[in-house]
Amino acid sequence: MEIIPPYSPVEVDRSEGSAINQLMAASTEPFADQETPEVRRAVLVTTLDMVVNWSRRSAVWPVAFGLACCAMEMVATAASRFDISRFGMELFRASPRQADLMIVAGTVTWKMAPQVKRIYEQMAEPKWVVAMGQCATSGGPFAESYSVVPGVNRLVPVDIYIPGCPPRPEALLYGLMMLHKKISRESLMTRRLQ
Amino acid sequence: MDFWVSFGSIGLFLILALLFAVGTLSIPQILIRLNLIPRKPTPVKLSTYECGMETIGKTWVQFNFRYYFYALLFVIFDVEVIFLYPWAVAYKKLALFGLVEMLVFIGILVVGWLYAWKKGALEWK
Repeated sequence: MEIIPPYSPVEVDRSEGSAINQLMAASTEPFADQETPEVRRAVLVTTLDMVVNWSRRSAVWPVAFGLACCAMEMVATAASRFDISRFGMELFRASPRQADLMIVAGTVTWKMAPQVKRIYEQMAEPKWVVAMGQCATSGGPFAESYSVVPGVNRLVPVDIYIPGCPPRPEALLYGLMMLHKKISRESLMTRRLQ
Repeated sequence: MDFWVSFGSIGLFLILALLFAVGTLSIPQILIRLNLIPRKPTPVKLSTYECGMETIGKTWVQFNFRYYFYALLFVIFDVEVIFLYPWAVAYKKLALFGLVEMLVFIGILVVGWLYAWKKGALEWK
């Protein structure tokens, strides 16, 4: 689907629409949730795991990705009252190359879906996804809608779901702490292949 | 002997800076060799990032030549400000002499600026 200039706006619209339809057809089934399997570890690997996981969870930089009203709560979380920088996460990166975490904050429409997927795919490993709020988790009040993705797990594998409409900053922080716990359980022996 | 005392620390600092730069750049390489960093390049990941959109058209586009004039004028006045700061710091010591010197300096720049203005470099046509 390559468009070569000179192109008309109609052509751009049409190619975008066909890309969205293809994605809709391709993502009827949700991705499985990202589980961290329990493993028996050797002593050396345990120590290495501890160091690697500590360094990974101590600076999980989120990609700036606010979609709807949940983004306001995400902004409030980043501001001084709730102070996300306590967890070393205050650096909302503008580029997915530098980010480890995608907080899907808000309703994902099918119009936005290709971009969500593309940004996730452009993030460097290791990467995690937090579905924030009802809409990102399951479509929320728009679950039956023709234009809303019923849960962002149709597009990307999700690590943490945070309920709420929208969740308060405390809820988001709790979810992020759960994510930190999850990261600290990971092992190099069973590296997530994604 | 005096030379080494004066400039030895600068040389040491240079060596340290070089070591630091090389060290930090080699850390990712070492971690990749140790298989600690996952490395899974895909065509999508390696493609240009443009806010999640697919790029349309070529990267090589022409810029208006008038940006160049603005950049040039900006650089001149930027440098002027750099000269103004130390003068402001030592203002009392330099007294009237410094003030006159600075006025001459700014005067020369203002003449150049007026010339650019007259030539129409500040107009966007």
